[in-house]
Amino acid sequence: MIDLHGYGPRLAEGALITIELALLSLVLAVVLGLLTASAKMSRSWLAHRLGTLYTTVIRGVPDLVLMMLLFFGGQMGVNLFTDWLYYQFDIDIFININEFVAGVVTIGLIFGAYMGETFRGAFMAVDSGQIEAGRAYGMGPWLVFRRIRFPLMMRHALPGISNNWMVLLKTTALVSVIGLSDMVRVAAEASKATREPFTFMLIVAAIYLLIASVSEWVFARLQKRYDIGYGEVE
Amino acid sequence: MADTPLPLEVRNIKKRFGDTDVLKGLSLTAHKGDVITLIGASGSGKSTFLRCMNLLEQPDEGQLIVHGEEVRFKRTRHGREPADWQQVVRMRAKLSMVFQSFNLWAHMTLLENVIEAPVHVLGKPKKEAIEHARALLDRVGLTERADAYPAQMSGGQQQRGAIARALAMDPEVMLFDEPTSALDPELVGDVLKVMRDLAAEGRTMIVVTHEMAFARDVSSQVIYLHQGVIEESGPPDEVIGNPQSERLRQFLAPKH
Repeated sequence: MIDLHGYGPRLAEGALITIELALLSLVLAVVLGLLTASAKMSRSWLAHRLGTLYTTVIRGVPDLVLMMLLFFGGQMGVNLFTDWLYYQFDIDIFININEFVAGVVTIGLIFGAYMGETFRGAFMAVDSGQIEAGRAYGMGPWLVFRRIRFPLMMRHALPGISNNWMVLLKTTALVSVIGLSDMVRVAAEASKATREPFTFMLIVAAIYLLIASVSEWVFARLQKRYDIGYGEVE
Repeated sequence: MADTPLPLEVRNIKKRFGDTDVLKGLSLTAHKGDVITLIGASGSGKSTFLRCMNLLEQPDEGQLIVHGEEVRFKRTRHGREPADWQQVVRMRAKLSMVFQSFNLWAHMTLLENVIEAPVHVLGKPKKEAIEHARALLDRVGLTERADAYPAQMSGGQQQRGAIARALAMDPEVMLFDEPTSALDPELVGDVLKVMRDLAAEGRTMIVVTHEMAFARDVSSQVIYLHQGVIEESGPPDEVIGNPQSERLRQFLAPKH
């Protein structure tokens, strides 16, 4: 049996943090992605510009730089604001940016931009006649979205979402730099303390691989569900 | 005037695309049980006119009165738009459209297609909607295909399914946009037969079509459009049987 030198429980906690971080970031990224895609397809000039600015900035700056900017820069911004509150209004509060929240927000923001592009392409791939039929039958915009546009779009979006998710999952390893005890950070500490880097890094690699494999299975199931009605001619 | 409001009244519809006047002030009145066919060369504006009737296309000018209720419009910087989208949703539910390319929802079975709008737009109980849908599929000869997806059906089957979907709304008026133009010739007959049956049972229908035999035999009124203007209009014996303009005579002449 592999000797974990008592790091087992902390490693398990780290893995849990990684999974929670990845899933919550995914939710945020999907929501932001849908909003961005809508903004970019909107006929409002302002929404279109904002959407484009967001994707351009995010896609052009390294993830690690963004993360440090948001975490450290965000803390400085909050401090400036609380100082100002104290001097102006004598209100004394201290807000500490939580590493986990900062991680979710950063990763969600980064992948929201990528998801936005995925969703935009997928929405544009939906046959406009399908949407028109919905409108012609008295469906309002929300009903058309929920019953027709979204399910038809998902078929085109899933390969891209799946891809983004795999990259997102691995990007969570970056949060160790802002001090979050995800499994990579725990493994790094353990490696240093025990001088057995291979033991811990191989375990971490195996866990990532396991999560990725489960994800592939889930996405294959989802793809099958959204492919319904296509290509299976009797 | 009868007590019940007219199913559909359209007055002075105008539409521009860029610099082109596509519709130059078109009017039409559908009484209950009328079958009005719109004929004309491609580009004459007949499909655009039909699409203005359920506001898939926004007319720049003109009035639209569905079952006695006039649609309200407002001016925005994008042009004229309906003032109240709730009202549009309500009026569209009274006008079912059958499209040239069928447009059955690809991710739903035929039965799901037919019950979709009755359940989600009209709020009909699902069980009742399914019973009604099965009866309608029976009528259009698709009893066996209820659980098939559109991709598994022939064009003719899809179009008859689309007609069942339209009937499921119990519409005031059915709008047909070239319903047989995308079909193989041998499949056209089945669809036209269903449409003839609907006309015979007193459905109010407005049909854009190239099928002159259908227009001649079934319509109560034929409207010939040329470049966005109604050039001739009247009962089929007059318009098709005895065309006044040279243009319409040429349009009706058999092509070789």
